[in-house]
Amino acid sequence: MITVEGLRYVYPNANEVLRGIDLTIEDGDFVAIMGENGAGKTTLVKTFNGLLKPTDGRVLIDDVETKKASVAALSRSVGLVFQNPDHQLFCETVRDEVAYSLRNFGYPPDVIERRVRGILETLDLMPYMDSSPFMLSGGERKRVALASVLVSNPRHMVLDEPTIGQDYQQKDRLRNFIVQLNTQRKTVVVVTHDVEFVAECKPRVVLLSGGKITADGRAEEILTDGALVERASLLRPQISLLFSSVSGLPRDVIDVFTAKAVISNTVRGRK
Amino acid sequence: MPIIDIKNLSFSYAGASRPSLNDINLEVEKGEFVIVTGPSGCGKTTLCRCLNGLVPNFYTGELTGEVSVCGLDIRRQPTSVLSRHVGFVFQNPENQLFSLTAERDVAFGPENLGLSREEIRKRVEWALKVTGTEELRDRAPYELSGGQQQRVAIASVLAMEPEVMVLDEPTSFLDPKSSREILGVVAKLNRELGITVVLVEHRLDLATRHSDRIVVLDKGVVALDGPPRNVYGKEAHLIGIGVPKVALLFHLLRQDGQQIEKIPVTVEEAEKELRRILTD
Amino acid sequence: MRVFEGFKFTKLQTPIHSMDPRAKFVMIMVVFAISLLFTNVLILTVILLVQVPLIWLGRSIRRWGGSMKGGVFLAGLIFFMNLLTGSTFTYSLAMTIRFLALMSSFSIFFMTTSPDDLGLALEQAHVPYSLCFTFTTAVRLVPTMAVDAQTVIDAQRSRGLELDKGNFLKRIRNYIPILIPLIVSAIRRSIELAEALESRAFGLTSRRQSLIVLRMKMSDYLTILVSILLLVLAVWASIYAQLPSIEIPFQLPRLW
Repeated sequence: MITVEGLRYVYPNANEVLRGIDLTIEDGDFVAIMGENGAGKTTLVKTFNGLLKPTDGRVLIDDVETKKASVAALSRSVGLVFQNPDHQLFCETVRDEVAYSLRNFGYPPDVIERRVRGILETLDLMPYMDSSPFMLSGGERKRVALASVLVSNPRHMVLDEPTIGQDYQQKDRLRNFIVQLNTQRKTVVVVTHDVEFVAECKPRVVLLSGGKITADGRAEEILTDGALVERASLLRPQISLLFSSVSGLPRDVIDVFTAKAVISNTVRGRK
Repeated sequence: MPIIDIKNLSFSYAGASRPSLNDINLEVEKGEFVIVTGPSGCGKTTLCRCLNGLVPNFYTGELTGEVSVCGLDIRRQPTSVLSRHVGFVFQNPENQLFSLTAERDVAFGPENLGLSREEIRKRVEWALKVTGTEELRDRAPYELSGGQQQRVAIASVLAMEPEVMVLDEPTSFLDPKSSREILGVVAKLNRELGITVVLVEHRLDLATRHSDRIVVLDKGVVALDGPPRNVYGKEAHLIGIGVPKVALLFHLLRQDGQQIEKIPVTVEEAEKELRRILTD
Repeated sequence: MRVFEGFKFTKLQTPIHSMDPRAKFVMIMVVFAISLLFTNVLILTVILLVQVPLIWLGRSIRRWGGSMKGGVFLAGLIFFMNLLTGSTFTYSLAMTIRFLALMSSFSIFFMTTSPDDLGLALEQAHVPYSLCFTFTTAVRLVPTMAVDAQTVIDAQRSRGLELDKGNFLKRIRNYIPILIPLIVSAIRRSIELAEALESRAFGLTSRRQSLIVLRMKMSDYLTILVSILLLVLAVWASIYAQLPSIEIPFQLPRLW
């Protein structure tokens, strides 16, 4: 469980980015943290694995205060995947790259070998096992970065803007993957401003604005609220715009399949 | 003669095992607003690079076929000459703005063209005005938001008075609201100044309204080319492009047996069509 | 890391910031020359302290202080190197103070002069444009790379990298996962930058006029005049004047 109590964070240059955050994320939750650039989304998730320690208030990961633990220790339970994989890749082979965190955590070689193979299989990276990560395409590098964090099997996964630069198929794959993680009771926290992606996944949405949480609830409620969405520099999903312009339709539909079902039923009903 | 005339273009990057572009044929008329899209690795960026000469001058490799832009053969002209006619806006706003003030960044291109100070000043003022960035002129690019940065980037390209503007996924790093804004600026340049636009985009839900021609690339080949309504169909979905949700919705409804007249490609069109089928 | 803060430009409105970079440069060079003229501890201390009001005018005292603190290590090194090679305590102290005075003068210059203005000054001094551009771009990229470096460090720490553990050799090896992504990142950035430059006709013609022209104001000419006068005075004083000084009679026992 991730618990945030009265969290304030002030950067060394006196910029107060988080101004009192209270948040609880249960095991197995799927949460999307959204908000305009500069709202504090990345700052918030960096407090989850201890990279940033609270200026005020506290953050607890599975009841351990992050102030009292090292980043290395917290990284065993909180896997943070950064936006740009090029900020992580440095090994000669994909295999070494993925094994890196396991070596740091001190796992024995046979366990490392097994786990690395396992995660490469899961993420469709086996053909690249002995390739240089630098030779892979952008999407493949993103998967390698994901693999290198996931391999240590952290209970909570945090993905910072995983959909930037990804095409539709890659996003679809990511969506399915997150569902898989959730069924394994892993917590998944995604920092994103991709409204259509969130509309298809329908996670819990936490809206951050000016360092505070301005909304916390179901995607269907939040993404259809014009004022909230506008303030966070987001746009309402197309389906929501469509449904709100025609009277008599429910106001909380945001994804295509539900929309189709509702429309078909409505048409049948009127016949 | 079309302003962009591509015949049988194939290109392989030096040392690559496969060609990035395979026998591309494409004609763009002056004043068009073309959206180029496709799954990752389809060759969209390579195609863009051919338009201003980055391929084959900066990115060397094997190029066959013909590419003519504004009457110039990209193989015979250096990028510095082509850039007078073709402006290029890149994905990442950070690395294309390098001065300490927006104004100087906008002046950079005209300065490189060797223009007089008066002419540079004129062009800078005009570009800032058209893109709505006049109040940002003394700000440092790193102080600006992503959306503001891209607007300044567009201004700095506009100041070179190109006939064609190529934009490679300019909204990738921007939030939805800024993305919509930027696409609006580009559309304005196309509508009011007649600049031909080639826009590479994944965010078709936001970009479609500005264009009446979508080109879908897949594995280095032109797979689809036509008005959005014709392109946003099953094949496009199978290729893996992000067809706007409203178009997808109505395709599914049609499959379900609903009588859909024409597949909408924007929210406004969808509203009309939805009202129609609900009241019929 | 704090040392570098004292050389980073920040955009502020101060009299020092608005000085023409060429006048500032003359001022700094004069301080440089004067500090080289003297080995007198008192005079050198005065030279160091005289810069403080200038730094204050440039509203950069805190950052300068940070870089002084950061420079303590190097200063100490200089002090002990001199002492151990047989110099007197006083002389070693003088050398250390001279180092700090020089560091301060360069610090003022870089903290208050934008890389763009620097480039313009070089251009107007007829340095070839490509060189000027190389220089200013390199300076501009420093803060960007610093942010990149921090991100890389964060990313690797999130994979269990512990920079402060292990023996000496291990600690050095721990920097590989930081250096490589940084270098790769720098290369990618340079390529993107080059693409943008190409696309904006960089290098098309050498007859290039910059939109902005640096013009020296009366105050700049005055600064240059005063600086040169001070230099002349200092030269005269170093040769003819009887200057007060202090001697600290302390010697390390000869070890060899």
